[in-house]
Amino acid sequence: MAQFLFEADLHGLLKLDTPIPNAPPARWQRKAKESGPEPSPVGVSPMKPVNRSHSSSKTPSKTPGKSGSKIQNTPTKAGGDRYIPNRSTMQMEMANFLLTKENDPAEESPTKKEQQKAWAVNLNGFDVEEAKILRLSGKPQNAPEGYQNNLKVLYSQKMTPGSSRKNSRYIPSMPDRILDAPEIRNDYYLNLIDWSSQNFLAVALDNSVYLWNHASGEIIQLLQMEHPDVYISSVSWIKEGNYLAVGTSSAEVQLWDIQQQKRLRNMTSHCARVGTLSWNSYILSSGARTGHIHHHDVRVAEHHVATLAGHTQEVCGLKWSLDGRYLASGGNDNLVNVWPCTQGGGGDFAPVQTFTQHQGAVKAVAWCPWQMNVLATGGGTSDRHIRIWNVCSGACLSTVDAHSQVCSILWSTNYKEFISGHGFAQNQLVIWKYPTMTKVAELQGHTARILNLTMSPDGTTVASAAADETLRLWRCFEMDPIKKKEKEKANSAKSSIIHQSIR
Amino acid sequence: QLSREHQGITLRGSAELVAEFFSYGINSILYQRGIYPPETFTRVQKYGLTLLVTTDPELANYLNNVTEQMKEWLYKCIVQRLVVVISSIESSEVLERWQFDIECDKTAKDDNGPREKSQKAIQDEIRSVIRQITATVTFLPLLESACAFDLLIYTDKDLAVPEKWEESGPQFIANSEEVRLRSFTTTIHKVNTTVAYKKDSVP
Repeated sequence: MAQFLFEADLHGLLKLDTPIPNAPPARWQRKAKESGPEPSPVGVSPMKPVNRSHSSSKTPSKTPGKSGSKIQNTPTKAGGDRYIPNRSTMQMEMANFLLTKENDPAEESPTKKEQQKAWAVNLNGFDVEEAKILRLSGKPQNAPEGYQNNLKVLYSQKMTPGSSRKNSRYIPSMPDRILDAPEIRNDYYLNLIDWSSQNFLAVALDNSVYLWNHASGEIIQLLQMEHPDVYISSVSWIKEGNYLAVGTSSAEVQLWDIQQQKRLRNMTSHCARVGTLSWNSYILSSGARTGHIHHHDVRVAEHHVATLAGHTQEVCGLKWSLDGRYLASGGNDNLVNVWPCTQGGGGDFAPVQTFTQHQGAVKAVAWCPWQMNVLATGGGTSDRHIRIWNVCSGACLSTVDAHSQVCSILWSTNYKEFISGHGFAQNQLVIWKYPTMTKVAELQGHTARILNLTMSPDGTTVASAAADETLRLWRCFEMDPIKKKEKEKANSAKSSIIHQSIR
Repeated sequence: QLSREHQGITLRGSAELVAEFFSYGINSILYQRGIYPPETFTRVQKYGLTLLVTTDPELANYLNNVTEQMKEWLYKCIVQRLVVVISSIESSEVLERWQFDIECDKTAKDDNGPREKSQKAIQDEIRSVIRQITATVTFLPLLESACAFDLLIYTDKDLAVPEKWEESGPQFIANSEEVRLRSFTTTIHKVNTTVAYKKDSVP
C-alpha cells in the first residue's frame, strides 16, 4: 500500500496547486522568524543556497573574515528576500580551495619546505611567511550602468559628429597641393616647417633643409648637416624672410643667409637638442631638451644674452607675442610659462604666468592677432584639450576637448578663427570659430599624425606636415574678393595719411 | 609652511606625505584609465600641478578610509606594497596592475631627530611620478570593457587584520608587460612604482 501513498504524494507535488505538506518552511518564512540578519554564509557555497546551513562558526579558520563582508549582500535591502548573488564580489577560487583542501598537511623534509617556499615566493612575488595581502572590502559602487569607458570612444571614433551647420563660406575639403616630404622625422617634439614672409616654405627632412618657393614651385636644398647622425630639430624664419634659424640635435643654433645660401653664424650655448625657435626682431629665442630657453642677440658676438629656466623637461612650444612683450613656452612637463621681455629686479627672468592645467605636453602655442594678451595652447595625447588664456589676469577664458593630440594651433588674420592640427585617430585639421569655440570645418586627408602647421604670408593657406611623409597645403582662409578689396583700401588709406604727415 | 621646511622630515610627516601621494595617485589612475566617468572628477592644485580628484562621495569616502589606514601603517613601518588592480567587471580578468613598493627605513622609529630633506625636493619627485602616471595613457592598451578597481595592501605577516579588511591573493596578470616608473623618497620611506598590463594577444 505504501506505493500508492507515494504516488499520491507525487501527484500532489506535481499538481502544484496545494501547499506542500511537511515541507521545510519557505525562505521568507524563515527570515520572518529570524530576529535580525545573521551571518548567513552564502558566499562560501553558492551552489546550494537553500538547504545546507554551513555556518561560519563551525570552521573559523577556513573563512577568514569572508562572511563578515557578505552581510552587505543579504537581501534585506529593498527588493524582497530573493537572494541575487553578486558574482564579482565572490572569491570562487578561494572558496573552492578551502572546501576541497585536505585537513592534515603531511610531514615535510626541510629541503622540501625550502623548495615549496621558493615556489611560493616565485608565484606570489613575495614571501608568504613574511607578509600577507589585505583587501579592503565594501568597495564603492562601480561606475553606473551604461557608462562606457571614455577612452574607447575617444580612440576608436571614426566620424566626429561634426558641425552640421552650414558655414557661410566655402572651404575646400581637399588640399590645394600635396608635396612629398620623405624622411621627415616622426617626432612630436620637433618643429620642422616654417613659411617666410617672402613666400618660401622651409622644410627640415632629417639632416637637410629644403626651401620651396610657393610662387614658382622651385625647390632648393639649402643645407645638409655634415655629420650623418645629426638631424635638424627646428627651423624658424626671421620676420624679413632673408635669414633662417636652424636648431640641430647637436645643440647648435645656426643662422643661414638665403640669398647667398651660406651659413652666417653657428651659436652654441645649449647642451641638448634645440627643438623650438622663435624670433623677436633681432632676438632669437631657442628652447632645448634640457628645459632651458636661451635668448640670442644675433647682431653681437656674445650672442647668449639670457637664460630662462622654467621647464624641467623638453621645451617643445615657443612663441613671442606679436607686440614682442611676452614669450610663451610650453614643455613636456605639461607647463605653460609666459615670460616678460625684460628682466625683473635682480637680473633674473621669472615667468609672469605659469599654467598647470594641461595634462599632457604643450607644443601648440599661439597668440591671438586681434586681441591683446590672448594665448591659445593645446595639449598632447594625455590631455587633448585646447585652452584660451588671458595672460594678464591668468584666467582660462575657454576650454574645448579636441579628442585628439594637439600638435599646433594657428590663428587666422582673415577671419576670427583658429585652426588646430591633430593626431590619432583622424589626423585632421580643425577650424574653430572664436570666441564661440564651435567647429567650422574639419580637413581630413593625412594618413598619419600631423606634426606641424604653418601659415602663408597672405594668410590664406595653411601647410601641414605629417608623419605620412607629405605636406598638404589647405586653402582654408581664402578671402572673399569683395572683402579683400575693402581690406586693401583700408590699408592703402593708412599709408597715404603717413605720407602726408611726413611732408 | 616655512617652519615645516626647516623642521625636516619626521616619521609621521613622511607617512602623511606618502599616504597623500597614494590618494592623489589613485585618483589620477581612476581618471586617466577611465574607470569612472571624467565628469565626476574636479581639478585641484597640488604639488604645483593640476590634479583630478573624484567628487563621488562614496568613492571619496572609500579612498579616505584607505588613506587613513595607510598613514597608520606607514607610521608603524609595517606596510610593504600598495597595489591597484584593474579588472574587467564581466570576466573578472585582471587587465592592469599598478604596484607601489614601499621601502621603509625602520631606524627612523628609533632616532627621534628629523631627517634632512626639503619638502620642495620631495614635492618635485612626487610631481615627476604623477606626471608619468598621466603620461602612461600614451602606451597602455585601451581598456575595452567596463572595469572595476581593487586595492591590495601587502603588510607584515603578524598584523592583526582590522575590520573591513580581508585577506586576498596577489591577483597577478597572466601574460604581462611591465613598465617601471620613477621612484621618490622622503629619506624614511621610498616608493617605487611599476605598472603591469596584459600583453595584447592581437598583433
